[in-house]
Amino acid sequence: MTVSPKGTGTITGATGAPGSRILGVGGYRPERVVHNSELVAAIDSSDEWIQERSGIVSRRYAAPDESVVDMAEHAARQAIENSGLDLAAIDTVLVATVTHPYQTPAAAPILADRLGLRCAAFDISAACAGYCYGVGIASDLVKGGSANNVLIVGVEKLSDWTDFSDRGSAFIFGDGAGAAIVGRSDRPGIGPTIWGSEGDEWQAIMQRESWMEFREHPDGREFPALTMQGQKVFRWAVWGMAPVAHRALEAAGVRPEDLDAFIPHQANMRIIDAMLKQLKLPADIPVARDIHETANTSAASIPLATERMLREGIVPSGGLALQIGFGAGLVYAAQVIELP
Amino acid sequence: MAQTEQEILEGLANIVNEETGVDVADVQLDKSFTDDLDIDSLSMMTIVVNAEEAFGVRIPDDEVKNLSTVGDAVTFIKNAQG
Repeated sequence: MTVSPKGTGTITGATGAPGSRILGVGGYRPERVVHNSELVAAIDSSDEWIQERSGIVSRRYAAPDESVVDMAEHAARQAIENSGLDLAAIDTVLVATVTHPYQTPAAAPILADRLGLRCAAFDISAACAGYCYGVGIASDLVKGGSANNVLIVGVEKLSDWTDFSDRGSAFIFGDGAGAAIVGRSDRPGIGPTIWGSEGDEWQAIMQRESWMEFREHPDGREFPALTMQGQKVFRWAVWGMAPVAHRALEAAGVRPEDLDAFIPHQANMRIIDAMLKQLKLPADIPVARDIHETANTSAASIPLATERMLREGIVPSGGLALQIGFGAGLVYAAQVIELP
Repeated sequence: MAQTEQEILEGLANIVNEETGVDVADVQLDKSFTDDLDIDSLSMMTIVVNAEEAFGVRIPDDEVKNLSTVGDAVTFIKNAQG
């Protein structure tokens, strides 16, 4: 027997905006400042050693009772305010994080509820590339007609997932949240996203063991904090990501000399410096170096750095910025954006 | 093209000097990268990548930890060049 479609109905497609752009950004840095001196004893190290290897002088840690959603809410409200939109205009909430401590449910619906919203809400698990993944998804949602104004928050409470006895990572991470509103535009304000994954290297940055493995031997086992193969990640981030950044420029039709800012994920100052050497960008382009006082906040690092550069007047509103995120997965994403 | 041990040592010494500022004359076969030349793990990786390009060889990430002396690196590169 064969069946045929009725053919009596036709689907009306969604109609999106001709372009998308970032309407506003916001950032939240927890109150407690943690200097290197607080961390050196457990790893038999020194402030100088940490600064040499990472460029990190201090970082912020959230309070014990301060959650990923709490931090996300602060950053989100600031981004909404800076966008000039009414809160009710937000119709999609994306949260990029790997440190929301519930496997289920996601942080995004909880954040949406905090904001009094009942819109679509989901998390993105793309580690340090999460914000750039989110901006790419948000842009396509707006252009595809599924959303008008997307809130994307990159947020991490990495202090909960740090092994303070691990010389390779104890000093690297910080806590914080950064947010952006992606909305409609008459012309492209967000370039094509160049993104990808290299999952064969999934063990380069990972939770030390799965929850199932941890459950098998709960006694005397260390909490499965994040662990990282520093050298491997360094090689990949510098020599693997510079070509990705170039491709993002090319896809957007923007020349290096057109840029007003370069905002890479704040992984490690050595990575940023080595990547700059590979990229050969004009020397006068401002480069985000928020890592000095913020350390590596994974998904939050790019929006936090962006918010800081705008607030301090280092980069102009309306200027073009190249942003690139890369991290655990391994995953990466880059795009050129017009600064709000 | 295979190079002599001396040629590899000289090339490597220049790469080390460019990355770290260590005097070319100090880069000798018996020197340890970390203990004698004070080269940290990230600088070591930069040296490895630049050496790959200069000598036309592939030095896998997992091999880098075995290259503790300059001589180890020269031998690895020589063998890799065949």
